[in-house]
Order: sequence, then structure tokens, then C-alpha cells
Amino acid sequence: MSEHVTSRAFSVALGIGLLVLTAVTVKAAFINLGPWNPVVALLIATVKATLVVLFFMHVKGASEKLTAVVVVSGFFFLTILLSLSMADYLTRSWR
Amino acid sequence: MSDSHATTIENAAPDPHLRHHFADMEQQKNTASLGMWLFLVTEIMFFGGLFCAYLIYRLLYFPAFGAASQTLDIKLGAFNTAVLLISSVTVVLAVRAAQDGNRKQLVAYLVLTVLLGLTFLGVKAIEYKEKFETHHVPGPTFHFDKPFDDNGKEIPVDPQHAQLFFSLYFAMTGMHTLHMVLGCGLFTVLTVLAWKGHYSPGYYTPIENAGLYWHLVDIIWIYLFPLLYLISRHS
Amino acid sequence: MASAAIPAKPTNYLTNGFTIKSWLLTTDHKRIAILYLISITLFFFLGGFFAMLIRLELLTPQGDLLPADTYNKVFTMHGMIMVFFFLVPVVPAVLGNFLVPLMIGAKDLAFPRINLLSWYLYIAGGLLFLHCMLNGGVDTGWTFYTPFSTLTNTNFIEAGLAIFLAGFSSIFTGLNFIVTIHRMRAPGLTWSRLPLFIWAHYATSLVMILGTPVIAITIVLVAVERLFHLGIFDPKLGGDPLLFQHLFWFYSHPAVYIMILPSMGIMSELITAFSHKRIFGYKFVALSSIAIAVFGFLVWAHHMFVTGMSLYAAMVFSFLSFLVGVPSAVKVFNWTATLYRGSITYATPMLYAFGFIGLFTIGGLTGLFLATLGIDVHVTDTYFVVAHFHYIMVGGQVMGFLGGMHFWWPKISGRMYPEGWARLSALFVFVGFNLTFFPQFILGYLGMPRRYWQYPPEFQVLNVLSTAGASILAVGYLLPMIYFAWSLRYGPIADANPWNAAGLEWKTASPPPTFNFDETTVVTWEAYNYDEIEPKELEVPR
Repeated sequence: MSEHVTSRAFSVALGIGLLVLTAVTVKAAFINLGPWNPVVALLIATVKATLVVLFFMHVKGASEKLTAVVVVSGFFFLTILLSLSMADYLTRSWR
Repeated sequence: MSDSHATTIENAAPDPHLRHHFADMEQQKNTASLGMWLFLVTEIMFFGGLFCAYLIYRLLYFPAFGAASQTLDIKLGAFNTAVLLISSVTVVLAVRAAQDGNRKQLVAYLVLTVLLGLTFLGVKAIEYKEKFETHHVPGPTFHFDKPFDDNGKEIPVDPQHAQLFFSLYFAMTGMHTLHMVLGCGLFTVLTVLAWKGHYSPGYYTPIENAGLYWHLVDIIWIYLFPLLYLISRHS
Repeated sequence: MASAAIPAKPTNYLTNGFTIKSWLLTTDHKRIAILYLISITLFFFLGGFFAMLIRLELLTPQGDLLPADTYNKVFTMHGMIMVFFFLVPVVPAVLGNFLVPLMIGAKDLAFPRINLLSWYLYIAGGLLFLHCMLNGGVDTGWTFYTPFSTLTNTNFIEAGLAIFLAGFSSIFTGLNFIVTIHRMRAPGLTWSRLPLFIWAHYATSLVMILGTPVIAITIVLVAVERLFHLGIFDPKLGGDPLLFQHLFWFYSHPAVYIMILPSMGIMSELITAFSHKRIFGYKFVALSSIAIAVFGFLVWAHHMFVTGMSLYAAMVFSFLSFLVGVPSAVKVFNWTATLYRGSITYATPMLYAFGFIGLFTIGGLTGLFLATLGIDVHVTDTYFVVAHFHYIMVGGQVMGFLGGMHFWWPKISGRMYPEGWARLSALFVFVGFNLTFFPQFILGYLGMPRRYWQYPPEFQVLNVLSTAGASILAVGYLLPMIYFAWSLRYGPIADANPWNAAGLEWKTASPPPTFNFDETTVVTWEAYNYDEIEPKELEVPR
């Protein structure tokens, strides 16, 4: 096949890394960071998701950029849904 | 972007897996892969609607969501997260085994993936049972005890808003569970086919694409876990 | 058909197997297109039947034909059938399925079995919907807003599930098109040489993939609220009915671009063919399709201006809605510029194209009026809105579809339709359509609300005009049924390229063989290379 083949050791190491990040996010939840708690949690989740997409789903090293474009578009339009509807709720009480 | 395909000269017997409308196996493989990715985008948008509802109500009713979230068992949730992450590793290793033509390893990793998936489902069942027993299932039997803070003072939380949290909890984890069940079924089928020798280094596209599906279901859980279980554990 | 004296014709996709099984288990995109054509046409006339009931009731100011609750069901059925079982699938599933592989020089779509599956999903949804209809139907309006849809005692879940299945049919069609266009273009067929029909279907497919899943989950949530009391939208729990509307319109607004983009693609084909000229501004028309698809996702709350949503968000959505009109206007300008100094043939497809340009423009402009907050407060939920969307959907999309059906009929059936009857029927459609819907702009502006089954007597004249127009329009729709069927047996046999048009689909026989092309073409020319095609007097049979 013409594509990049990830080594088994790397995949296992990445798996362990993801488990560590899970432990970090659980620990962080018990620390009072005020309004930053959800930000930290979502940031860690995004890092985990990005690692899965790039390495487990082989987006990094894929033979064409199209795969990355498809993934990014999916999340982009999800962001549109979330942000524009939040825009309604966040600004309803403005006068 | 030029990915149109020149006709290849066929001087060898065509691969038995080659469908008639493709010029060669590479085109077929790339086509199947793009198709699965687009399907995954639809899954992102499908769950996205649920995430949208969740985010809005969390914004509106944060205290109730926090209180409700604390009734979820964080140990079970974290355990399930670990289970799914490990299963993503076994999926990657399965694809690698298929690429290497190692049938025994392929079957082993596929079986492991299914077992991990079933473990996840088992834990979910335990969690759901607990929710039934504590009357946190929305509907006529719903009852939410107002929580107390560390000083023993009752925290003012609207039980109806807590019910909204649980509605979303069941909707989101329920939809995720449904996808897990489908994933386990899919991988069971693949295990059988792999054991029968259907896959080879020249043809393992179904394993790869099913793997993509599995990884996405994992990613959805990666977001569900902090959003549902970790809202406000520090208070 | 062949007689004894004529040597045996090579098989084409129609003659390649005559059993029911060869049709119901086909994976040939052309046969699947025909299956869709038949089923979608049936649903169209069912939706039209409900339209007829609406217009008959509205002949008189009193509610005297139907009880009020029945009227609610009638307009709901009309809307749901027309939106989900006609407008969304018709052009992609019929003309798109048939033509996309042909136009790009491929043997089939990327996933032929999924193509068949998508038809079966459509049929399953359709049958379920019919069952729901026969069991009393639904009275929520096609928009099934909460809390009414979570509380109504009509069977929403069945209708919702039917729409869910039709939605997945749509998703699989879109998925198939995107992958096909990326992966299966003939050698040499670069993106900038693609027919604009393909660009339009690509953009449509993007919307199908990204938008449809959201209405799918919305239907699931309403169903789950009805069945299990998981009340996401329930105000008693602090739920917000407007959340439903956000999720609903996130799909349903882009859905209208699913409806119009394919017909815009048809327009580019018809106008170039019948002016025998290259499209003016190919890149702009191609990119405007993508722009419409993308921008279309940014405007959905313009359906919610008067609901109590944030005024500041409303202003943002209003501004974005103005923006989305720009790429559509670009297309209209470019089509018009294409006509300039073209060598025009007034065949039926071209007549429909002219109709489209004018009527779509009116529909589109009135959309801008509606996007204006101040005007919208006055005319929202009135017949002004009804007229607006019918101008685009019927005056635009349906005319585009009819134009396309006439244009590609020789390719699909191997026969020519009778031009005289076709022109007459186009006239009926145009006159009937305008008489039906123009009065509705006035009615709406004067204040007649939509979905009402009775109205003040001073609105009667306009309503009667509208119903009269609808009868004429109905004739315009029925005539093609008759003459297309007639042409299958008695129409003159068409050759490969009766219109002397550019495009790969015209390089293969009419009807095409099952695998489309006898050999792989290498494309070295630009789209619409009419300057290289010798113009000839088109023999348009009477």
C-alpha cells in the first residue's frame, strides 16, 4: 500500500498517552479552576480526539489532503451549529 | 486536485474483489475510504445536535447540571473511557495485522476489540441500573434530592432542570450505546470473516473502514465523558 | 421498437433484462433513476392532491369544505410530502443519479448497492408515511414545531420516522455523489472542466451530508419525548421550544438549497445548449454553488425572527441572509450574460429555463424582503412567505426539473417528446403558476395568515384567482405525464445527440448501454466547448 504504516510500538505508546490524559482530566476536575474547569476539560478532550484522528485514523501521513479537509469540515460545521445557536441564547438578555 | 484515474493495463487476472466499475483496487480502496469518512461526518453532525442541546441547557442551568452530574459514578465513567481507548489501540493493531497478512493476530485483536466493547456495554448497563434505582430516569418516576454542600446547607437546584440533565444523559449515552452495539456487531462479523481468511495484505479495506467507525465512536465518548461526568466535581 | 427487418440493436440499459427482479435488484444508476422517477412522481401527485384540497377549501372565506382539524392535516400532508418526498430528492435522485456518472465518463456511481439501498429507504419512508396518512395523518404543519408536535394526539412518530428514512436516503445519495465526483472522473476531466451540473450536485451533496443528520436527531428527540417523556423541549422542565426550532432550521434552511442547487445546475446546461455558447464566467458559477452551500448553513434563524429569539442574533442572521443572496444573483447574471449574442433555440427546455430565470429572481428577491427584520415582522407567517417559497420551489426548481426532463428525455428513453404539446404544457405551467402564486404575495402583504382555513371575505377574490391558477397549473403537470408516456411508444427515435449539445452524456447512445460507454474517453476539452461544435439547425419535431 502506498500509505504510511504506523509502528505497533507507537500505537501502544499513544494508547498509554491517551490513558494518562484521561487520568489528568479526572484529576483536574477535582481542582477548583473556577470558570476554567470546562475549558481545561474540553481542551484535553480535544487533544485526545486530535491524536486519535491523526494517528489511529491515519489522517497524518494520508496520501491526500482531502481526508483532512473532510474531517475539518465536519467539525467546522458542527462549530457553526453550536456557536450560532449559542449566540442566540447568550444575547437574549442584552438590552 | 487531480485524483482522476487513468486506465491501467490489465495483464494480470483482476483481483476477485475488484468491482466492475473501478479501474483498479487502489481506486476502489480510496473510494471506500472516502465514503466511510463522509459517513463519519454525518455521525458527527448527528451527535452534534445532541451536543448543541446539551451545551445550551448547561449554559442556562449550570447549578442543576453540576449537581446532577455528581450523581454519576466517576470511577465507572473513567474506567469506560480507558476501555474504549484501549479498544482503539486493539483496532489499530488489528489493521496492522491485516496489513502484515497475519491472520491469527488479526482475529485476536478483533476479538479483543469486541470483548472491550462488550465490557463497555456491561459497565453502561450497571450505570443505567443504578440510575433506575435512584429514580433519576426522566418521566413519571423521576425524583431528585436536592444536594447539600460541604457545610450541610441545601443547594438550591431545580429538580426539573436536573431532569433535563438526565434526559440529555440518557439521550446522548443511549445513542452512543446504540452505536457501540452496532460496532460490536460489525466487528463480530469481521472476526468471523477474518477467521475464514477473507482478508489479506491486498484486501483489508473493510477492517480499515470499520476501524474508522470504531475510532469515531471512541471520540464521541472522549467528549461525552468530561461533559457529562466532570461538570463540577470540585465543589 | 425493433421489427424483423431491422438488424438487432445493441442492448441498452432498458432492454438489458425485462424481469421485475432485474429492476428491483438493479445496481445500474440509470435504472435506479427510473425507479425514483416513478415513485417520486407518484408522491408529487399525492402532494398535489392535498394542494387541490387546500385550494378548494380556500375558494370561500368560510371553512365549509373541511373541518378545521382536517385542514391542519391537509396542509401538513401537502408540505411534508412535497418537501421530503418530492423537492429534496427529485432532481438529485432522478437526473443526478442518471447523469452524474455519464457526465464524468464513469461506468456507475461509486457505490451502486448503496444507491439501490437509498431508493429502498425512500420507499420504506414513503410507505410508512402513507400508512400514517391512512391512519389519520399528522396535523403539526411540515415544520412540526414543539410543543405541539410532542403533545398532538396524531401519530407524529410514524411521520417522523418516515421522514427519518427519507433523510437517510438523501444522505446516501449525497455521499455517493461526492465520492463519485472525487474518485471516478474520466482521465483528463479536471475539476475546472466539469459540467456545472456536476458542481451543482456536488454542492447539493455537501448540504445533504452536513445538514440532514441534524434533522434526523431532532426527529429522534421529538419521538423520544413523545415515547419516554425524555423532555428536552418541554417547557415544564425548563426546556426551550426554540431549541427545537434552531435544530430544525439548521437542516431545513440548507434543505432549500438542496432543492434549488440541482435545478441551477440544470439551468447552466440548458442555457448553454440552447444558446450554443459557452457559459459566461464558468469559475464564478461553479464557485457560487459552493458558496451557496456553505453560506446556506449560516442563516437558519431567519425563520425565527418573531419567536422571541435574541434581537442581536436576529440582526446577525439577517445580515448573513443578505449575503447568501449574492451567489444566487451571480448565477442569474451569468446565465443572462450567456444568453447575450447566443444563437437561441426556443425548444421546450429553453422555455422552462427562461421561466426559471424570471420566477427564481422574483422568489429570491422576495426572500431578501423577508430577511429584512422590519418587513419580516409584518409578513412572516402570512401568504407572502407561502408565495415566496413557491416561487422558488415551483417557479424555480420544478421548472428546472421539467426543463431537464425534456432536455434529457431522448437520452433517458431513446425517444423524442412531441414539441408542440410540450410547449403548450410549458405555457400552462407558466400561466397557471403565476396566477396561483402572485395573488398570494398580495394576500400576504394585506395580512392573510398562512395555514388558516377561513379568512375575511375581502380576501376572496385573490383566493379565487389563486385556485383558478392552480387548476391551470394542474393541467400543465398532467400533460407531460401523457405525452412522455405516449412518446415511449410513438415518439420519434432519438439519436445520441439530438440537441447538438456539449457534454459526455451526449457521446454515448440514446438510451445508453448498461455500462455507459463502450470505451474510456480521455477528456482534453473545456466544458461547454460550443465554439468547437458546429452549430446546426436543431430538428425539433412538432
